[in-house]
Amino acid sequence: MSERPHIDRQHGQQLFRDMLRIRRFEAKCAELYQAQKIRGFLHLYDGEEAVAVGVMQALEAHDAVVATYRDHGHAIARGLAMGSLMAEMFGKVEGCSRGRGGSMHFFDRARRFYGGNAIVGGGLPLSIGIALADKELRPGAVTACFFGEGAAGEGEFHESMNLAELWELPVIFVCENNLYAMGMPLELAEAETDIFRKAQAYRMPSEKVDGMNPVAVEAAARRAVERARGGKGPSFLECRTYRFRAHSMFDAQLYRTKEEIALWKERDPVPRMQAWLEENHMLSAEELKRIEDQVDVEIDAAVAFAEAGQWEKVEDLERFVLMDEVPE
Amino acid sequence: MSSSVAKPVRMTYREACRQAIRDALTNDPRTFLMGEDVGLYGGCYAVTKGLLDEFGPSRIRDTPLAESAFVGAGIGAAIAGMHPIVEIMTCNFSLLALDQILNNAASIAHMSGGQFAVPLVIRMATGAGRQLAAQHSHSLEGWYAHIPGLKVLAPGTVEDARHMLRSALADPNPVLIFEHIVLYNAEDELDPAVESVDIGSAKIRRPGRDISVLTYGNSLPKALAAAETLAKEGIEAEVVDLRVLRPLDNATIFESVTRTRRCIIVDEGWKSGSISAEIAARLSEDLFFELDAPIRRICSSEVPIPYSRHMEEAALPQTSAIIETARSLVGRR
Repeated sequence: MSERPHIDRQHGQQLFRDMLRIRRFEAKCAELYQAQKIRGFLHLYDGEEAVAVGVMQALEAHDAVVATYRDHGHAIARGLAMGSLMAEMFGKVEGCSRGRGGSMHFFDRARRFYGGNAIVGGGLPLSIGIALADKELRPGAVTACFFGEGAAGEGEFHESMNLAELWELPVIFVCENNLYAMGMPLELAEAETDIFRKAQAYRMPSEKVDGMNPVAVEAAARRAVERARGGKGPSFLECRTYRFRAHSMFDAQLYRTKEEIALWKERDPVPRMQAWLEENHMLSAEELKRIEDQVDVEIDAAVAFAEAGQWEKVEDLERFVLMDEVPE
Repeated sequence: MSSSVAKPVRMTYREACRQAIRDALTNDPRTFLMGEDVGLYGGCYAVTKGLLDEFGPSRIRDTPLAESAFVGAGIGAAIAGMHPIVEIMTCNFSLLALDQILNNAASIAHMSGGQFAVPLVIRMATGAGRQLAAQHSHSLEGWYAHIPGLKVLAPGTVEDARHMLRSALADPNPVLIFEHIVLYNAEDELDPAVESVDIGSAKIRRPGRDISVLTYGNSLPKALAAAETLAKEGIEAEVVDLRVLRPLDNATIFESVTRTRRCIIVDEGWKSGSISAEIAARLSEDLFFELDAPIRRICSSEVPIPYSRHMEEAALPQTSAIIETARSLVGRR
């Protein structure tokens, strides 16, 4: 694996397209939230797209993903159908969790997508167990575990770092460090603000990555996946990124300045990737138009799918509290 | 008793737990045991002694003191295809893993719309009676029985200690097994003809017509001793071993109390908000007109369980209290 992967026209456009899919999907989500089609908490990933898209490039179908409550980007980049995600947020039975989970709890067995977890840090121990099982049942499979830097404050973070390295498990820990745990600034929460150094304390290969650059994220993820598949244990990527929108739809953003947001928007991965492709003659105006049109069509179809969806029967309320069998 | 020709085997509750784990590891390559001091040390209560040598460190997996992570790892392994057994040294320490048990183990199946099951067994020691003081003596099984998505078992006999694990592992849901610390040394004869037990029903351990004593765990031998004494006085107490605290076996409980029309619930948990409160509520909702006397509950005193012998005994449900309560209820006839 070379330090920087060669980005050809097709791959470059794919990175751009996936980030654009997430960006525009979420713009639609915000709109539908205002229209009260989507309710509950809605945590948007705007600004952080390069992290999910970059990491997913390194994963194969038999790999596993553990995500957070800010899981739209992970789900889309992992290949979950947009319609099933939108239907989930509408609360429809066609949703990827039958409308039981909503925005924060996307699940997809077929894609080994083990949930948006809404307890900060709660997914890390799951990734340990999934990797333990994979060592037995699916040798070579890798688990990508996403979490925010807020998780570093939880005991589970440290317990899981230790177990992963101690047991040499095939996990890639992806810390999406967007500098605020809800409204808590990193420097007020952590004595050591370089989160990757905490992983180093557990002797884990770890690095700080430009989380606004999908190419850099992909390169780091490929290095980590290669180690994990080769039986060399876990790795830790601290992806420095930024959330452009509010924490959720109920956030006056009193904890940060407009100037700071504007500064980070200069590094917005979506227009930057577009500009980079254009400068390198890897994206023509026609191709851009085609990608944008395809994305818009996909989103429109997702909304239509969600609108046409059905409400789960109330009689099914208690179904799956206890399972009759383990799904195959 | 079964009329099997094979000779009954006498063993301790501890040995029964160990044999159950050994069977599980032998019969299913997807099963492994994970927890604190389960390997080299042989288990805090010596349940797993010898198993590390027999099965090796990947199947008898010693963990650091990180309850939340290793319980969560058990959940992760279960949703990814394994059938793990996680041992938590005592239920008092399980509170460090409560988030994983409630928010993941109990929730993932429903929250994912039935895409994932969590076929995980968590064993933990519970209860008081060995002068271990407040932080090692509480009975928290009633708390866990509050949670939809879990099954909660409380083996009170050597037979259940021997066979419940197998049924629990065959269940597609997360099952918590609470082993009482005083019972580990209890001995009984095991009928070799019995190869499995259900994990859905309560069992009448001693039939009787005058009063139902509903109980579980280490209060079961106390209730049986009380029934023995009461029988000499002409009071026939029926002792019902609840065995399964979630889901409660309403049918067996209601059938017994409908017959005897009187009921005592003996529960080593604290009375307020306890499993005894739940049972009493169900009886008053459904059997109000069948009762000839008020439902009585004998529970632990609402204190952190103290160290000194006489104070610990005073805090726990005792045989004498069961006898006196039964006398008073039946005497009203």
